[in-house]
Amino acid sequence: MALPNHTPLNYRIWHYTYLTFCFLVFFFLIAPLFVILPLSFNAEQYIHFSAKMLALDPEGFSLRWYEDMIYGTKNPWGLATKNSLIIAFFATIGATILGTVAALGLSSRHMPYKAAFMALLISPMIVPLIISGTAIFFFMAKVGLAATHTGIVLAHIILGTPFVVITVTATLSGFDHSVTRAAASLGSNPVNTFMKITLPLIMPGVISGALFAFVTSFDEVVVVLFLAGLENTTIPIQMWVGLREQLSPTIMAVATCLIVMSTLILVTAELLRRRSERLRGINR
Amino acid sequence: MSKEQILSSDGIPLEESLKKAERKNKLKALLLVAPLFLFILIIYIFPIGDMLFRSVDDRMITKMLPKTFVAMEKWDGQDLPDEPVYEGLYEDLSLLKKNKTFGKIIARLNYEKSGFSSLIKKTIRKIDKLEEGNYKEQFIKIHKRWGQSEYLVALKNTAPNWSYAKYLKGVDLKFDEKRNIIQQDEDRRIYKTLWLRTINVAFWVTIFCFILAYPIAHLLATLPMKYSNLLMICVLLPFWTSLLVRTSSWMVLLQQQGPINDLIVWLGWAADDNRPELMYNVIGTFVAMTQILLPFMVLPLYSVMKTISPSLMRAGKSLGGTPLVSFFKIYFPLTIPGIGAGSLLVFILAIGYYITPALVGGASGSLISNNIAYHMKSSLDWAFASALGTMLLVGVLAIYWVYNKLVGIDNIKLG
Repeated sequence: MALPNHTPLNYRIWHYTYLTFCFLVFFFLIAPLFVILPLSFNAEQYIHFSAKMLALDPEGFSLRWYEDMIYGTKNPWGLATKNSLIIAFFATIGATILGTVAALGLSSRHMPYKAAFMALLISPMIVPLIISGTAIFFFMAKVGLAATHTGIVLAHIILGTPFVVITVTATLSGFDHSVTRAAASLGSNPVNTFMKITLPLIMPGVISGALFAFVTSFDEVVVVLFLAGLENTTIPIQMWVGLREQLSPTIMAVATCLIVMSTLILVTAELLRRRSERLRGINR
Repeated sequence: MSKEQILSSDGIPLEESLKKAERKNKLKALLLVAPLFLFILIIYIFPIGDMLFRSVDDRMITKMLPKTFVAMEKWDGQDLPDEPVYEGLYEDLSLLKKNKTFGKIIARLNYEKSGFSSLIKKTIRKIDKLEEGNYKEQFIKIHKRWGQSEYLVALKNTAPNWSYAKYLKGVDLKFDEKRNIIQQDEDRRIYKTLWLRTINVAFWVTIFCFILAYPIAHLLATLPMKYSNLLMICVLLPFWTSLLVRTSSWMVLLQQQGPINDLIVWLGWAADDNRPELMYNVIGTFVAMTQILLPFMVLPLYSVMKTISPSLMRAGKSLGGTPLVSFFKIYFPLTIPGIGAGSLLVFILAIGYYITPALVGGASGSLISNNIAYHMKSSLDWAFASALGTMLLVGVLAIYWVYNKLVGIDNIKLG
């Protein structure tokens, strides 16, 4: 962002103030995440930067909290990880299938009351989680699904579908319907057309919706707080419980693992988005 | 000249077969949406309806004291009621004692009028010793409050099946004995403060998010792709990171021995033994929420700014506008849809925030969601939690409606 030589001084000052401000905001956004990384390698039990760490002395660092996270005797992280993965897996599958099918209907030219349906199907994303949690808890308690994996999976499907609906409808908005008509005219039945033609073309949208649904379920704590019993504890629940008691280095280790995971998800999502843009570019 | 009908190949008028095809397509689209629609209806919308129902449902006492309320229908509520009411009370309370189910009714009645707790407890303790007949006299002998009409009036006041008393409580109002709406006692007025704080925090978080997001969204939209993609990671990585991770990083930063306090001490703004409290108050809630919600403001702004052609600003300048004038006359008005979308999104998310205020907010930084959770999990006043939830829901839906009108819900962009 070099400025031309003839730029007046006041504009120059303004421009650099603006860049500095932007830099500070980016710093504000990203820096808090990186505070956690070194602390998770702390050799001491306290959550602050010890003198040895600041001096980059190797003795100040250790992997003991990662060891504690994996092998610790009373640590619930194993069960929590298992539960989180199982719940997120089924919730993602449920949300992706229901959401994609609904998005196909919503994108049809012939869909009546499109806006009303859309507003209703997206509402779980807008309604505060505490209200969703309360309402779903009343329901699950009534049908006997409170404190079961099934109950939590059903709740997470609800919370995940809006994302799938949004991303898939967005992909379908650039979809050229003449290809499906071409398939039909060549004698393909609708299911075959969907599997062979439509699905591969909207795949980037479906996968990025599925990623959103996965992250939503994997991160979700409010609704699980209402629904989970001791057996259904998840990673976010354990973090929540731990953070309410005190900050421990083990939590920093878990948080670091989660940051690594979200980085991987971000990279996947970005690659998908670019691929989708490229595909849609070709279609036009 | 008669209008000639165009027939399709199978002899049916074209118009009719077109309509038929249209209907079929409509049905097909509806069938595709149906599974998700029904799923959400049953597991989400109905339960929310159930929540509304719970917030006004007040049949508990009427159900537990059925005979008393039948007898009370004949009583005008002026002087003391006659014998049948006491007889009904005797029979109902005896049954409750036998089934050991009087706990709830005591709490509910004491909420209606304090003093009921000891009254009912004492009565239930002595109810087996009563002789048949003349219950009125015997009841008054057990406890003199049975001879004071205000207690019986309070009992009669609970007769209606529906009550909006919980909603009144939610805004620090209540019924007095004569069913007039009055202010809650001074030491119990907490909800107005809580609502105001929630709206206040949501409002200022939105404003700050806007101030911080606008310049960086502009930078992201105007930089060449290869730089902006790199900087975009700074926005997207927090967006994809677990909320609890981000909250815990703020807990690390804001704690008394944390880096920010270290910096403040190092700069000499505070003494080492007098470090400011940055967490467990409204400052913590505010700072953490602003950072966590910032991406939700940046992304809509960015997607709008991306579509604004840079030649517009150049045109403004070439026509003699100073940079400031061109900005406010040309660029800013074009970004208003993005500002609307981002602000409404951030405000909606902020007003129902729960996790972050609960962890870094302490008592003075907690918001209405925290109070709903408290009534769901600790005080177990589910009806009141439902009433607060309904009030919050109405507020959010109103904003959602505005959002839908202004932005259109199908224009939400993610990532």
